[in-house]
Amino acid sequence: MTDVVTRLKPPPVVQASTREAPHESRPRIVVRNLDALFGTHRAVRDVTIDFPDGQVTAIIGPSGCGKSTLLRCLNRMHETVPLARVNGEVLLDGKDLYARGVNPIEVRRHIGVVFQRPTPFPTMSIRDNVAAGLRAGTRDRPSRKREDEIVEESLRWAGLWEEVRDRLRDSATALSGGQQQRLCIARALATRPSVILLDEPTASLDPLSTQKVEELVHTLRGSVTVIIVTHNMQQAARVSDRTAFMLLGELVETGPTTGLFTTPRDSRTEDYITGRFG
Amino acid sequence: MTDTVVATPDPAERAPPDGALTLAGRSIGDLIYRGLTTVFAVAIPVLLAFITFEVVAAAWPALRQFGFGFLTSSTWDAVRGQFGAAPMIYGTVVSSILALILAAPLALGVAIFLSEFSPRWLRQPLSFLVDLLAAIPSVVYGLWGMFVLLPILRESVMPFLRDTLGLGRTPFFSGPAYGNSMLAAAVILAIMILPYISAVSREVLMAVPRSQREAALAMGATKWEMIRDAVIPYARSGILGGVILGLGRALGETMAVTMLIGNRHEISPSLFAPGYTLASVIANEFAEATTVLHTSALMACGAVLLVVTLVVNAIARWLVWSVAREPKS
Amino acid sequence: MISRARPPVPRRRSVARRRATNVVMIALMALAAVFATLPLILLLIHLLREGASSIDLAFFTQMPKPVGETGGGMANAIVGTLILVSIAASIGLPVGMGAGLYLAEQRGARLATSVRFLSDVLNGMPSIVMGIFAWHFLVRPVGHFSALAGGVALGAMMIPLVTRATEEMVRTVPTALREAALALGYPRWRTSVAIVLRTALPGIVTAALVAIARIAGETAPLLFTAFGNHFWSTSIDQPIASLPHQIYTYAKSPYDDWHRLAWAGALVLIALVLVISLLARFVTRSKHGGVGD
Repeated sequence: MTDVVTRLKPPPVVQASTREAPHESRPRIVVRNLDALFGTHRAVRDVTIDFPDGQVTAIIGPSGCGKSTLLRCLNRMHETVPLARVNGEVLLDGKDLYARGVNPIEVRRHIGVVFQRPTPFPTMSIRDNVAAGLRAGTRDRPSRKREDEIVEESLRWAGLWEEVRDRLRDSATALSGGQQQRLCIARALATRPSVILLDEPTASLDPLSTQKVEELVHTLRGSVTVIIVTHNMQQAARVSDRTAFMLLGELVETGPTTGLFTTPRDSRTEDYITGRFG
Repeated sequence: MTDTVVATPDPAERAPPDGALTLAGRSIGDLIYRGLTTVFAVAIPVLLAFITFEVVAAAWPALRQFGFGFLTSSTWDAVRGQFGAAPMIYGTVVSSILALILAAPLALGVAIFLSEFSPRWLRQPLSFLVDLLAAIPSVVYGLWGMFVLLPILRESVMPFLRDTLGLGRTPFFSGPAYGNSMLAAAVILAIMILPYISAVSREVLMAVPRSQREAALAMGATKWEMIRDAVIPYARSGILGGVILGLGRALGETMAVTMLIGNRHEISPSLFAPGYTLASVIANEFAEATTVLHTSALMACGAVLLVVTLVVNAIARWLVWSVAREPKS
Repeated sequence: MISRARPPVPRRRSVARRRATNVVMIALMALAAVFATLPLILLLIHLLREGASSIDLAFFTQMPKPVGETGGGMANAIVGTLILVSIAASIGLPVGMGAGLYLAEQRGARLATSVRFLSDVLNGMPSIVMGIFAWHFLVRPVGHFSALAGGVALGAMMIPLVTRATEEMVRTVPTALREAALALGYPRWRTSVAIVLRTALPGIVTAALVAIARIAGETAPLLFTAFGNHFWSTSIDQPIASLPHQIYTYAKSPYDDWHRLAWAGALVLIALVLVISLLARFVTRSKHGGVGD
């Protein structure tokens, strides 16, 4: 575990100064007074938060704090569960995703997701898995040739191309867990979303695959807005520009990652970071 | 990173999300899908009602003519237009119950053997064989019954029962033993329903929790005692359900029975005597039924069979569902 | 649930006696297993003995010869069975899969529970009653027997089998897969059809094959719908021969030669059923074998 840490980027303090640069923190996504309910239980309570464009925002907190639920509200996945409801606003580039008349399917096509456990489609080949998002709609499908190009590009970004270039037609289930997760990342990237949500993407991965995924997040910074939920504080410190801390459904504190980890404003944040609970 | 990075993904290449997000309305595909699957699902109860309706409609002329007497009369005279289903009802019930008596203990024995005693290597092939019994078509059973079982019954089993065991003195084993008989039908039915009872029993037995078994064994019970006192009582309802399921199957069996039972409109206490069942009378006489009333009387037998099987199967399902098996919903 | 075991009573019966009972019981159970499989083995042996010698090319390609002449075959019956099964499958498969999808996705809804129960009730219907239904619905109004009527009766019998299998198989597909598809922007219906159903397909195909094997052997529903035909016919609108029906007709007849053909037909029918069952198992295995989960 130690050599992985030393091979990674230098500690956050140094990072902070090199990171602030290119994009201004114009928010890509704005969340206002968001409640997410399962029946009568409020899993997310009155959360208001901005996600700056082109930056990586991490959401941390103990199990059950609502961070995954918050994430799922951003691309309207929360409502796919029976008895689930959302109140409040989520604005993507100024447009409320929960406004009346907005098609949730379209929303999901513009936002990419990677879940905690790899979910390749077992009946499809590696190539078709990556291209699956391109074929989600009936309109605007790229040509076969263009699809091949996109598949290759996406696999390269996910760090998987060299390992699978000779067996694109093989079933996706023949890959290892770490490879499958990178496949899912490639699949999410294939549609070139402007926002990517990562829900504990390395939780079930070995250290080497974890490192590759974190390197990918670094690559995405600048052009894609990344929101990553993680229970691993070190990971949050390594990859994110900003961090949000949630507890029992509430958003306790948000701020630049270095600031949050070194001088948290709220005592609950400090307790969590120093390991007093969670 | 070991891979060459081509270019960072640039989301601006695509059409900006603004326009697309305001697409209104539900997907038409979803509506069609939901509608289609609902229609197909609803088709099942509709089909069931339709079947009941058609069968009763086919039986109506006879039912209207004979009323309740249809169930009690034994007269079956095509020339005079008198039809009564009593012998068929009697035959259906007797042959099925007799088949149950023969099959249930055997089936339960097999199920217990497979779930408790069988060595691991034997389990798969043996259960496959037992399940294969259920895959054999009824007409093949009838064929084998006609040319193999009947001679065996006629030449060995029946004389044995009648003379060696002396049962010929009772009314149940009296009369000439030509082979085609209630007994023959009961035997072939027993063979045919055995796999069903066995399969359900096996499932139910395997679902009995380990804690039950271990508690009994811990008290010093032998394996058999554990089965008798801990496992079977727990699985009782499910096993009963399986037995009743077998009964339901036996009631509706047609081909094998019609080839073995002798096809005679008669109620006789003797198992050696020929008889008739509701299903086999239809199979046997339909082609020769010339009058509308005759045909309708046959269909009325079918209607009676429909009602009886409906009730029996409903009871069986309820018993099996409400116990060791997980409820399906 | 508390154990209902009765404690052993050592004073009344000695341990040795109980052990002896145990052994006797095991022996009885084993005997039951033997008795249960005995008829099957006897049947198969007899089938092979009586039928194998009559199976030759002529059996599959020739029509039945008139009474008195030896030889001939069951070509028309074999083709007839294929046609009847095709008609039945074209009804049973779509309705069954659609209903199964509905049940899997609606789960505990009231309509779904009722449909599930009624599907089981339909499954328990005697096959001859299905024949009566098809006769009154499709034969009596038009005045003649038809392959269509037979196919409809068989198709109705297939529906509950395919429905249950589809529901069970679709339920085994993990929710995470469905979510992954939805998250990519697949509409609900495409998720169900292109992802979930497709993943569950091997199991459904297996069950469909087993259902086909079962209805291929049915005679009772065909007695007054397809009715049988001594001549060559492939028309949906006319009576048609079928393997099980032909076996029945020949078995009932007084002619030895026809008996011989009946045995051969029975052997072919059993072989067909066995081949389809093995094929079904092969389909499932080849989709899952070698592919890690």
